[in-house]
Formats: sequence, C-alpha cells, structure tokens
Amino acid sequence: MIADIVRSRAFGQNALLLLVLLLVPAVAGRFYVYILAVIFVTGLLAMSLNLLVGHGGAYQFHHAAFYGVGAYTAALILVKTSLPAWVAFCAGPIAAAVTGLIVGAICVRLNKLYYGMLQISLGSLIWIVVLRWYSLTNGDDGIHGIPMPEFLSSATGIYYFVLGVVAVCLALMYLILKSPFGATLRAIRDNPQRCEAVGINVRRHQLLGVVVATFFAGVAGVLFVVLEGSVFPDMLFWVLSLEILIMCLLGGWFTFYGPMLGAAIMVALRTFVGSYTDYWTLVLGIVLILLIFFLPEGLMSINLRERIRQRGRRASMKAAE
Amino acid sequence: MLRVENLRKSFDDFKAVDGANLAVDRGELVAVIGPNGAGKTTLFNLITGHLKPDQGRITFNGVEISRLPAHAICRKGIARSFQIANIFPRLTVFRNVQVSVLSQRHLSHTLFRPAHRMVVEETERILESVGLIDKKRSVAGALSHGDKRTLEIAIALGNEPELLILDEPTAGMSPEETAATMGLVTRLAREQGLTILFCEHDMDVVFNVATRIMVMQQGRTIIQAEPEEVRRNVTVQEAYLGGPEDA
Repeated sequence: MIADIVRSRAFGQNALLLLVLLLVPAVAGRFYVYILAVIFVTGLLAMSLNLLVGHGGAYQFHHAAFYGVGAYTAALILVKTSLPAWVAFCAGPIAAAVTGLIVGAICVRLNKLYYGMLQISLGSLIWIVVLRWYSLTNGDDGIHGIPMPEFLSSATGIYYFVLGVVAVCLALMYLILKSPFGATLRAIRDNPQRCEAVGINVRRHQLLGVVVATFFAGVAGVLFVVLEGSVFPDMLFWVLSLEILIMCLLGGWFTFYGPMLGAAIMVALRTFVGSYTDYWTLVLGIVLILLIFFLPEGLMSINLRERIRQRGRRASMKAAE
Repeated sequence: MLRVENLRKSFDDFKAVDGANLAVDRGELVAVIGPNGAGKTTLFNLITGHLKPDQGRITFNGVEISRLPAHAICRKGIARSFQIANIFPRLTVFRNVQVSVLSQRHLSHTLFRPAHRMVVEETERILESVGLIDKKRSVAGALSHGDKRTLEIAIALGNEPELLILDEPTAGMSPEETAATMGLVTRLAREQGLTILFCEHDMDVVFNVATRIMVMQQGRTIIQAEPEEVRRNVTVQEAYLGGPEDA
C-alpha cells in the first residue's frame, strides 16, 4: 500500500511541493515565512472543517470552538503547570476531540440546519465560559508570553515545526478520506436515508467524523499557540467559524486542497489589502460574489488540464478547416 | 419468513396503513397492489424501519423487528430499493455498491486503509450480475433513469439480503426497460434464492411475475392469495381491476 502511494503522481507532486516549502526560509524574509506558517495553521483548521462540511455534508457551523479548546488547553498546561511541552501539545488535540465527542453526541441527534444551530449555541457556551472565567483564562485579555521549548525559539524553528506537523496531518487526512470511512462519509453526504437502508448507523458514523475533525482542529489550535505565543477568546468566537467556512467555499468544498487555498487567499487579503485599508472584507465580499456566480464549487474547480486540452482540440479543429 | 400482523400507522388524522396483514415465505415473489394512496409505500417504510408503526407486529424469521431502526433491520437481512431513484449521485457506480458491501462486512469504520482495494471482487460480481459493470467508473448521477433504478437494486444486493423489498421498481420506465428490469428481478430471485416483496402499478407485470399477490385499499389488506384467486375476487375487481369506478 505504501509502495502504491510512493509511486503515484500525486505523491511526486506533493514531495516536490514539500521540498520547495522546506527551502523557503533560506530565500524569503522573516515576515513571509511567518505569513506562510499562518496560512498552514489556518489552512489545517479549514481542512479539518471540510472533512465534515465538504466530504460529510454536515452543518458544522461552529468549528472554531474546538480550535480554541485545543489552543487554550495547550496554553494553560504550558503556563500553569510544569509539565513538559509535549504533554501540552498532545493534550490540546485530545481535549478538542473529547469536546467534539460531547458536543457531537448532542448535535448528531438533530438534522441539517438544527444540527448547525445547536452547535452554534453549544460553541458559544464554551466561548462565554472562556471569556468570563477570569481566574483561569484571563478573560478577554487572553494569555500572552506562553513559554516555549528551546527549539521553538526562532522563527525558522517554528516554521519547520508547523510545516512538519501540518504535512503529517494532511497525510493522515488524505488516508482517512481514501478509507472506507471516508467513502461512507461521502455516501452519507449524498444520501443519508439510503445509507440507513444499507445498514450504516449514520449518527454513529457522523459522530466519529466529528471526533476526527475536531482532533485536527485541536492540532491547529496548538500550532497557533506555537506560532503566536498567545491565546485569546476571539479564537472561539463564531466569526472565525464563519471565516473558515468561507475558506472552504472559496477554495472548493469537494476537493482536498481547496480549503488550504481558500485560507491562503483569506490570509493574503487580510495581510496585504488589510495594510492599505480596514475595509479589506469589502474586497473579500466582491471576490465571494463573483465566485458564487461563476465558480460555485470553488477555485479548485477550474480544471486547468481540461482547459488546455480543450484549447488544443479547438486549435487542431481550426487547423483542419 | 416475514409476517406483518394488523399493522396501523396514521399521520395526524389520516390513516395511511389501517390493518395491513402480510405473509412472505422463503423463495416467494410477493406483489403488493392497490390504487394510489392505498398505503403500499408506507407499509414498506414500516417494514424497513423508516417509519415506526402505531400498532401491530412485524416479525422476520421469528424475531420482532417493529421497533428497530432502519440500519438494524438491514443487518437482519432485509434490503430495499426506493420508489424514486435513491442512489449516491456524486459517487461512481462502483463506489455506490461498494459502500453497501463495506457496510455489510462491518468495514465502514476502517480509518487508515485505502478503500479502492477492498471488496472489489464482490462489488464487481454484483455489477456484473445486474449488467452495470461497463459503467462502473461513471458518476451515478449521470446515469439514465433505467440504469439508476438498476443501480438501486445493485446497492440493495450489496447487503446480501434474504429478503429484497422493491418499491415500484419499474416506475417511470419504458416498456422495454420494464421488461428488462422484471427479467432481472426474476432471474435474481431464481439464481440467488432471493425472496422478493415488491409493489407495482403495471398489472401485466404483477400477474406474470408474482407467485402471490396482496391487495391493499385505503390502508387495509383486502386479500392475499395466488394470482388466479385474486383475479376472481369480486371485491378486488370492484376496487381495482377495472371495476365500475374505473370503467
């Protein structure tokens, strides 16, 4: 099986991409290395959401709550205890997945939009607890200056750590999507009623999907702590959940890398347009409107190879005339 | 094999199924007929657990299944097709059937093994037997109506059922497609020893194929008997087979 993967063309392309990304710190300035790391972390979060939204067809409306739980868990362990850093890094995703299990177990009883609304309520509940529990979380001030292990003290060290973890997570997600579990998840997206009729316990399957997705959201949360050295309640606010939904839409629901591309566009817009005007969301709005009209399945739905082939065919037809 | 006793189900004030009785024995091809709104589809939804009955009992191989959820009933050996083509439109034909086979083998939860090598033989054998093997790479949503209906039966076969329930398998089909589909159904019943329960509007099809026929009217079972006896029955003639109202 591993031999198969290594031989495939997709593997070659990804290996090449990884190699290029490994070389970035050697040529690019600190700022761009940092922005790239922000894109990876946000992209991982969006891709974990897309496991449920694009592939699972679930109305996962408050995914950021689990991102925040992962980040806060890691941050609190690093600040309040003397446990080694790797414990904090592992505890983040596990705490997010456990929260996902609890919230998911309540939500999967409901369908579609009701699932989404209930999740927004429960997620907001977590947000308000984090915001108000001053003695533990420092409330809306957040937690800053979180101590990091030695190898994460330089910008390059952080970049490589983030890149490595994100690459491993993406590989795992890819395997999961190619597995029978992933196939069944897409079948549930297409037709939950039919799935019931072939003996699939739809709710249990969706719950497992939520646990997997929230685990990866927790990983993204931990990486945010590594990158920024701080956490704040806005990480759990519903606005961020909406933003990552937009990233999935922007890049392409039904593709693997789509949400990562969407994250890159959002981060770039915020950073570069945002440096000229506070109203950068205006540009985002226009981009979104155009996209919904012309590319409803996202940017990744532009099939370049197909376009080139069509152009070639047209040219050869003209030549024949 | 399947016994339905005095089953009742109402939606608000409307009694959709109001005293249905049905017996299906192993190896039979039982047809349920009745005018539109007689409760045929509701009866099937009650048997397969998509609806919960208000009253009455359903037993399968001697075990009561009236209160089980749909996926649990499927595990007991009852698979079904739906009246409207109920497939996975964005998945390939192969994947449509594979999902069902994977579920049957309790493999749906496998997380870290690629699916494209799993249960390939079984899936292809089913596609072969229904004649869809050439289209296995097509996206299911792009199939013709007739092929979609056939694919539905193939998905149901993925569960290796003892009893196959088909809700109007030939609805919306041309006469040729109807003949082909019913040919397929009878062949499956013969070759794989399947027991089949189906409902159908086309009386020629029903009286040609069925070994027994159950007639429903306004949610009630009027009669369940051999085709000849059903044809002779006066109530049935009045209610359904071109009686005074229909003439």
